[in-house]
Amino acid sequence: MMISLGILSATLLLALLLSVLGARRAGGTTSLEQWSVGNRGFGTILVFMLLAGEIYTTFAFLGGSGWAYGRGAPAFYIIGYGAVAYIMSYWLLPAIWKRGTVWKVLSQSEYFTRAYGSPALGNVVAVVSIAALMPYLVLQLKGLGIIVSESSYGAISANAAIWIGTIAMVIYVVVSGVKGSVMTATLKDAMVLLCVVGLGIVLPYKLHGGIGPMFTRIIAERPEFLTLPSRGMSPSWFASTVLLTVLGFYMWPHTFGSVFTARDASVFRRNAALMPLYQLILLFVLFIGFAALLSVPGLQGADMDLALLRVTRDAFGQWIVGLVGAAGMLTALVPGSLILMSIATTLARILRPPREGQPAESAMCARLLVPVLAGLALLFTFRGGSTLVTLLLMAYSMVTQLFPSLLASLLPNARITAAGAMAGIIVGEVAVAATSIGGVSMTTLFPEWPHSITDINVGLLALVLNVVAMLLVSRVTKPAAHRAQA
Amino acid sequence: MTRPYRLLALVPAIAILGAPWFANRIEPRILGMPFLLGWIVFWVLMASVVMAIIGALDSRHP
Repeated sequence: MMISLGILSATLLLALLLSVLGARRAGGTTSLEQWSVGNRGFGTILVFMLLAGEIYTTFAFLGGSGWAYGRGAPAFYIIGYGAVAYIMSYWLLPAIWKRGTVWKVLSQSEYFTRAYGSPALGNVVAVVSIAALMPYLVLQLKGLGIIVSESSYGAISANAAIWIGTIAMVIYVVVSGVKGSVMTATLKDAMVLLCVVGLGIVLPYKLHGGIGPMFTRIIAERPEFLTLPSRGMSPSWFASTVLLTVLGFYMWPHTFGSVFTARDASVFRRNAALMPLYQLILLFVLFIGFAALLSVPGLQGADMDLALLRVTRDAFGQWIVGLVGAAGMLTALVPGSLILMSIATTLARILRPPREGQPAESAMCARLLVPVLAGLALLFTFRGGSTLVTLLLMAYSMVTQLFPSLLASLLPNARITAAGAMAGIIVGEVAVAATSIGGVSMTTLFPEWPHSITDINVGLLALVLNVVAMLLVSRVTKPAAHRAQA
Repeated sequence: MTRPYRLLALVPAIAILGAPWFANRIEPRILGMPFLLGWIVFWVLMASVVMAIIGALDSRHP
């Protein structure tokens, strides 16, 4: 217990130290532009670290292995969607970057304000951003609690870990902004790479005599487990889910915001080739889940997410458990800090719009918001209840609804008006809320239809309604006179 | 279409989205993995290769 506790504390201190020193060396963080997008000066490697830092969250770490453990073949979608999103990023991100840099925007909601010449649309997008990001932040904190309490063998309670982690996060976000996050992201990626690839190879060999023999055992015990079923999580579920996840991939406000850290557009073209390789780390996460399936069977429901930590505790001593726990802790803290920063930036730009000659003003506002927002997140974490789970399930679908009007803003002849974009987003969000809260799926809507259609992810229906509303309203409204040109 | 080689990007995207129709089976195993997983991993690698090729060709004719 003492050893793993020592590793966890040392890692937390190292992360704090790195982030504060990193920001010092890289120059000031006085203006909001320096604080939230590093003065738009990051090269390929830093942007890579930042984007990777956002993607490999506690979900990738605990959820990925939990899905492999509990669901089998449907978990394979986790390997696939990133690569398709990176292909899209080759064209999408330079286009967003170019406009965002010309307009000097820092947040997603500001981007929409400028693209459609409508602050009202920007505010709608801000509401969507914050409603999706808050539960996502809470999820990181809950994951952090699980990871630290499991890997310290219960020496630190989940609640204590959440408090300590949140305080550390607030300190380094307030002091260092995005430059601090990129430093801790580097530490995190090194540790995750080491732990996940290490465990993903060692566990199958140690427990089952190799990756091939491990799969042979699973196939012998559960012949259906490693192919997609013909109903439920079927081929049409797989393809529609990958598609939706790809469209929503860069719509997360904190990911969208990181795009503006880049020095030039070629950064994204190089990353489009690098990122798919990095995505393959998730393959080892799946291997860990499959290794756990045969060795620590019986985890049900939410406990499936414990598969990785339990199998590590079973197979190794404290040193390894401590290292894995520390890596897991960082998978919560790094994305958590970026989310926190993204919410603060979005709010600060609305509460204190930038004024000539006052660059430090909105930065100060954003910094002051960070502890307030973190406090709110803590409150939701401890008292959120079931509303939170519903919001979280909706969060990805909610941000995906921003895709049609984003795409329209990049196409020269789209003729989409601000009213059209707003109508599309609102209709999409209402459809997402109705289907999530009401538990509606394609099967309940169209019970008579064949499974190949009713297994389609219901999020796609919301997206279609969104596009229809966007096009219809745009036909009957006039574009804003001051629509920004890029 | 002035740069037809860019269409190459569609190949891995379609192979991954369509994976359950092209490859929803266990045999033949690929490096020990079930075929469906091996197929997806292969096309993720190819996505990297294809995007590197497109990037290189694009930078020759900016």
